[in-house]
Amino acid sequence: MKPFDYSRLDSPDALSPLGAGKFLAGGTNLIDLMKHEIETPDALVDVTRAGMKEISQQPDGSIRIGSQITNTDLAANSDVRQNYPVLSEALLWGATQQLRNKATTGGNFLQRTRCQYFYDTARACNKRDPGSGCDAMKGLNRFHAILGASSSCIAVHPSDMAVAMAALDAEVLTRKVDGVERRIPASELHRLPGDAPERDHVLENGELIMAVDLPASPPRLQSYRKIRDRSSYAFAVVSAAVALDLDDGRMSNVRIALGGVAHKPWRASRAETALEGQMPSREMFLKAMKEEMSEAQGHGHNDFKIDLLPRVVAGVLRDLTAPERNGDRT
Amino acid sequence: MHAMHPLRITVNGQEHRADIDPRRSLLDFARDSLNLTGPKKGCDHGQCGACTMIVNGRRINSCLSLAVSHEGDEVTTIEGLAEGSDLSALQRAFVEHDAFQCGFCTPGQICSATALLDELKEGLPSVVSSPDKLAEMDEEIRERMSGNLCRCGAYNNIVAAISSVAGDKS
Ligand SMILES: Cc1cc2nc3c(=O)[nH]c(=O)nc-3n(C[C@H](O)[C@H](O)[C@H](O)COP(=O)(O)OP(=O)(O)OC[C@H]3O[C@@H](n4cnc5c(N)ncnc54)[C@H](O)[C@@H]3O)c2cc1C
Ligand code: SF4
Ligand code: FES
Ligand code: FES
Repeated sequence: MKPFDYSRLDSPDALSPLGAGKFLAGGTNLIDLMKHEIETPDALVDVTRAGMKEISQQPDGSIRIGSQITNTDLAANSDVRQNYPVLSEALLWGATQQLRNKATTGGNFLQRTRCQYFYDTARACNKRDPGSGCDAMKGLNRFHAILGASSSCIAVHPSDMAVAMAALDAEVLTRKVDGVERRIPASELHRLPGDAPERDHVLENGELIMAVDLPASPPRLQSYRKIRDRSSYAFAVVSAAVALDLDDGRMSNVRIALGGVAHKPWRASRAETALEGQMPSREMFLKAMKEEMSEAQGHGHNDFKIDLLPRVVAGVLRDLTAPERNGDRT
Repeated sequence: MHAMHPLRITVNGQEHRADIDPRRSLLDFARDSLNLTGPKKGCDHGQCGACTMIVNGRRINSCLSLAVSHEGDEVTTIEGLAEGSDLSALQRAFVEHDAFQCGFCTPGQICSATALLDELKEGLPSVVSSPDKLAEMDEEIRERMSGNLCRCGAYNNIVAAISSVAGDKS
C-alpha cells in the first residue's frame, strides 16, 4: 500500500480545502482497493467520528439517515423495516454480517465496480487507467451492463442498497468544501460511463455525503429480489427493487429500479409508465419490461440478462400484487 | 515521509499504546505488534472471515480496517473469549461437535459465532428472517455465518456446534 497522511474529521463543519483527502468510512471497499494500489490517495480523512450517526424523522414525515449509519443499523431500524422494507431487504441481501457492521450508508453508495479487469492492474481498464482500453468488452463479461453502457466501459454498479434507494426516490444530501450543500436524487448520484468511465458519480472532489432522506408516504407494497450465483454472500447477477400501490386493483405509484444492469441503479421509467393505472397481469408485466429492454445490448456472456430481467421483475410484481398478499397487508 | 500515528486501544481487556504506520491493518497490528496470532490472515481482502474480531460488540473483518481508525475501541480476539482455562460455551461446543479439521478458520468462526449470539438476542434481522420472526435456527445460522469460509468444509459440524449453544439461549 502507498503511504498516506491520516487525519480525522471531527464534524462536517471542519471540512476545508486544506484538509482535503479521500474520505475513509467503513473502509471495506477503499482499504481493499488501496491494498491493490488501485486507489492511491495521498491523504485519508476518517469521517467515522464526525457525527452523522442518527436516523431521525423530519417535520414533513421524511426519514433522515446520517451517512455514518452502518448497513446493519439501517437494515434493523424499525421505521425502515416497517415503512421502507425494500431498503432493509436490499441491505440484508448484501455482503455479510461482518461487512455490514462496518459498511456505511455513504460508503455503500460510493463503492466501486467489481469488474475483474478493474481489479487486475495487469489488464486494460479505462475506469482505472483512462485511455488504456477495456478488456471486459471482449473478455469475461457475464456480470456486465446491458443498459446505458458505452464503448469505453460496460461495468455495473455493485450496490444493492443504492438500487432500493433509487426505487424509494431517496435524496442524497452533500456538502462541498466551500460549505455549499445540495440535494441529489439517489438515482442521479451515479453517472453513465460515456467517455469518462473513471468518474462513477457526480460528486466533486472533497464533497461529503452527510445524509440521505427517504420521502414520507412511500408506496405500500415493496420488495427486493436478487439473483446471485450462491445462496448467500455474492454480488447480484441482476436485482430488482419494486414499490407500488394498488388502487381498486389497479397499479399506481409504480417504481422499479434495477441492479446489475448498468453503471448506476437503473430506474425502469418506461416500464413504470407502461404499468401505471393498469390491472396486474403477467402479460402486462412482461410487456412493460420488454419495452424497458428495447435498447438493451448484451456483450456475449451477459446476453442472458436481457431475457432474465423481465421475468425477475414480473415475478416480484406478481408476488406483490397477488390478492392474498395484498389482503394480508391491509 | 509520512508520519507515524499514536494509537490507544483496548484488546482483550488490556489497554495498549503504540505509534503506528497508518497503513497497518487491525489484523497485522494484533498479530505482529501484540503477538495475538489467533486471528488469521486468510485472504486479506474481506472475503473469508478468518480475521474476524469483535470491536465494540460487533464482528468485523480486521484485515479491511486500519488499526489507526480504532482509537479508543474495545477489541476482542479469540484469545479473549476464555476465562482463564475455562473455555466459553461456544469454544466447548466446537470441541464437542468436532467443528474443525485443520483449525485455520476456527478463531474467526468462533468470534463470528460469539457475536452472532448477541445479534440474535438484540433481534437483528437476517435476509432469511421474516418480518416478525426468525427462520428455523440452522437456516439462520447458515445465512448469518456466510462470511466465514472453511476450506476443510467443516460446515455441518460448525452449524451443529453453534446451534447447540444458540438453542440453549432461546
Ligand atoms: C467480499 C465483499 C462482498 C461484498 N458484497 C456486497 C454485496 O453483495 N452487495 C453490496 O451492495 N455490497 C457488497 N460489498 C460492498 C460493501 O457493501 C461496500 O464495501 C461498503 O458498503 C462500502 O462502505 P464503507 O463505509 O466501507 O466505504 P469505504 O470503503 O470507507 O468508502 C468507499 C468509497 O466511498 C467514499 N466515501 C465514504 N463515505 C463517504 C461520505 N460520507 N461522503 C463522500 N464519500 C464517501 C470513500 O472515499 C470511498 O471512495 C461487498 C464487499 C466485500 C469486501
Ligand atoms: S468494463 Fe469498465 S471497469 Fe471493466 S475493464 Fe472495461 S473500463 Fe474497466
Ligand atoms: S483475512 Fe480478512 S476476510 Fe480474509
Ligand atoms: S477447519 Fe480448515 S479451514 Fe476450516
